[in-house]
Amino acid sequence: MILNKILRNSKNISSKINGHRFQSTLIIAEHDNEKLAAVTRNALTAAKKLGGEVSVLVAGTKIGSVVEEVSKVSGVNKVLKIEGEEFKGFLPEIVAPLVLATQKQINATHVLAGSSAQSKSLLPRVAALLDVSPVTDVINIKSPDTFVRTIYAGNAVLTLKSLDSVKVLTVRSTSFEAAPDGGSGTVEDAVPSSSYEKGTGSEWISQELSKNDRPDLASAKIVVSGGRGVKSTENFKMIYDLADKMGAGVGASRAAVDAGFVPNDMQIGQTGKIVAPELYLAIGISGAIQHLAGMKDSKTIAAINKDPDAPIFQVADYGLVADLFKAVPEMIEKIK
Amino acid sequence: MARVLVGVKRVIDYAVKIRVKPDKLGVVTDGVKHGLNPFDEIAVEEAVRMKEKKIASEIIAVSCGLPQAQESLRTALAMGVDRGIHVEVPQTQYDTLQPLHVSKILAKIAQDEKIDVIIVGKQAIDDDSNQTAQMTAALLNWPQATFASEITVEGNAIVVKREIDGGLETIKVKLPAVISADLRLNEPRYATLPNIMKAKKKPIKKITAADVGVDIAPRQQVLSVEDPPTRQAGSVLPDVDTLISKLKEKGHL
Repeated sequence: MILNKILRNSKNISSKINGHRFQSTLIIAEHDNEKLAAVTRNALTAAKKLGGEVSVLVAGTKIGSVVEEVSKVSGVNKVLKIEGEEFKGFLPEIVAPLVLATQKQINATHVLAGSSAQSKSLLPRVAALLDVSPVTDVINIKSPDTFVRTIYAGNAVLTLKSLDSVKVLTVRSTSFEAAPDGGSGTVEDAVPSSSYEKGTGSEWISQELSKNDRPDLASAKIVVSGGRGVKSTENFKMIYDLADKMGAGVGASRAAVDAGFVPNDMQIGQTGKIVAPELYLAIGISGAIQHLAGMKDSKTIAAINKDPDAPIFQVADYGLVADLFKAVPEMIEKIK
Repeated sequence: MARVLVGVKRVIDYAVKIRVKPDKLGVVTDGVKHGLNPFDEIAVEEAVRMKEKKIASEIIAVSCGLPQAQESLRTALAMGVDRGIHVEVPQTQYDTLQPLHVSKILAKIAQDEKIDVIIVGKQAIDDDSNQTAQMTAALLNWPQATFASEITVEGNAIVVKREIDGGLETIKVKLPAVISADLRLNEPRYATLPNIMKAKKKPIKKITAADVGVDIAPRQQVLSVEDPPTRQAGSVLPDVDTLISKLKEKGHL
């Protein structure tokens, strides 16, 4: 029924939106009810490239500190806040209709979020409700309707023009700087949750987050990654020790995750996380296409692998052909 | 018992090093090895396991695309899918076919076939969009469980472990629902020769987008497809000491 309504209404929506001359961007804030996620600051920088008014929607179970933080970020004109138990777990069935109602209220021409598991779940749902084709993982904004993204695991760069009335985008955080503080956005209530129809049928149950004190992969200046060559969970301790010595975040290849050496949220690559640190140190990673997709924009790439023909050496600035079980302990010892 | 719909896409094989076309409007696909999108294999496997556990009664696979998409449907049939629907899209329209179009087609077929569960891969490895499950769920107003790494059916609901940025999350979705499969959901089976032979006898219905009332007019225009910037060739270092001093020079240590 919703499908039929959308098929019927699509023409209607586009004619309405095309009448608007000015850009207005709605950003969906990601947070943990305490702090704003770094990806949202990257999205704010992307929004600046679009021009026009920037509103940030903050929804959650406890949003006081996040609203305050967002209102002070450079480039934020308006913060739209809404608090309620229903936002527990940030379920797309609940949040998407809110985003839709907010987009309509402020006539947003663009709906944006930083690329993350959360926004990749939410934004396509919003786009379908708007009957527009969303754009995933944008790496550059050429104009308000022309975007650049990668396809085929980063092996081709696509520049596209969106023909839709409203543009729904997730932006790759490593391609846009994090917006600093220095703004003074006004804070308003978002559309009340009673004013639109919510989806049903889903329930958030629990979360198991991997806990460690190391820098977050997405924002770490140095990332040390281990692959199949590390051979076991026990051996991975060596990678952690080296990372700690270097103040680095720790990543892994799919092979290391599949073998059970590390949890999957550490996976870097086409289908895992995409990082672009100052230094990426790949240890015991061959450098399959799918892994390179997640790290080849790093400023400096160093690799330790005993196979001189490993593809990782084709992208590494510094390569060391050596047995990692000798080289890594030596590095741990020698780095002061 | 649930009726299950799986979406399958034919893509360039994951191990192929792709080449950008000289006209810079796409990548070379002629004569290039193709296969079933790896995430869709996982989706098909999960559906077949549901049938083996007698949770699913019938599995229908849908593929939208060129005539060759039938190969991907045959693969799915050989893995245990009961029948296929090929929504044939000619090359001129296939080039601008988007997840939004596919979602509308899947949603329509799901309604027509009285489907309870739709399972698709979390993303296709060619366009890397990661949108179809979410959009299909939105169009049907069904709950969605994206990036599933474990699913358990509990009566009229499915408990799904999802892969999220910081770890894992568990949600429960009532049927009907849409699920997108992540890499770790299962290990897809190989189709055996007898099953490949049997699959040849399973029916594939051929339809068009117009048959299900879906407009596939372009929503995006490709301005260019280019090679990514290549990295400067690096140097191979003789020992750990040199590596450390190079990293120090660059200010990384």
